Amino acid sequence: MSGGHAELPVAARVRELEERLIAAGLITDAEVDEILTEVFASAAPVNGARMVARAWTDPAYHDRLLADGNAAAAELGFGPGSQGYLLKVVENTESVHNVIVCTLCSCYPTALLGPSPSWYKSFAYRSRVVREPRAVLAEFGLELPEDTEIRVWDANSETRYLVLPLRPEAADDKDEEALISLVSRNGLIGTAAC
Amino acid sequence: MARFAAGARVRARAADPDGHTRLPRYARGHVGEVLEVRATWSLPDAAVRGISRPEPVYAVRFSAAELWGSGAHSVILDMWESYLEEAS
Repeated sequence: MSGGHAELPVAARVRELEERLIAAGLITDAEVDEILTEVFASAAPVNGARMVARAWTDPAYHDRLLADGNAAAAELGFGPGSQGYLLKVVENTESVHNVIVCTLCSCYPTALLGPSPSWYKSFAYRSRVVREPRAVLAEFGLELPEDTEIRVWDANSETRYLVLPLRPEAADDKDEEALISLVSRNGLIGTAAC
Repeated sequence: MARFAAGARVRARAADPDGHTRLPRYARGHVGEVLEVRATWSLPDAAVRGISRPEPVYAVRFSAAELWGSGAHSVILDMWESYLEEAS
């Protein structure tokens, strides 16, 4: 993290808000620390990548993942934790590509994807990907075939999305551990193929 | 009890509410198709005023052509029941 964040006006607002919430008895310092520790210590895209790798190698897990994302995450020891949300996994196929966004703010399954990248929170991404996803994905280096159907999932509610990318052909003889390294954070958001 | 079933055609309400809402402006007034009932969750527009009003929430798919007048993709949004009306 860059050193400049603490000086930004928003940082002062966050500090003020935190002090008022503590003064009002709504939260405690310890609770805030606990949440931040959970978010930054255990939240990483490797968690989402492990779920994907398991789904690629275990057809029964694949089906459970699509049917109930929260339960499938919990099976591998992951969960939304204190954030609480409905995890919906959307699967890419030969004919359908999925991409996620939160047009209202920056909602995102942090426990499985790690802290969100700055572009995910940008006005440009949030406003453009719902309108011209093919052009936006091309700017990420993802050129989709003309006949691929694109579905954009806007996390405007309590649902959080995770994209299940297509298993790459290069992955044919790899085991789960090796497959994990093939899955990127952008692949889990849908701005990369994998 | 959920008012809409999967496959129902629904219209997002066009009104501009006074306060907080999770109905994005770009979907207002547009027609989509219910994919499924997600869950029952408290309506944020009421929750922000301290009122608990649980409602069915639907995943609704809107075509780009409907939202923007062009494009081949679709956008899926979650809609609390009071954000929707039947589309004739």
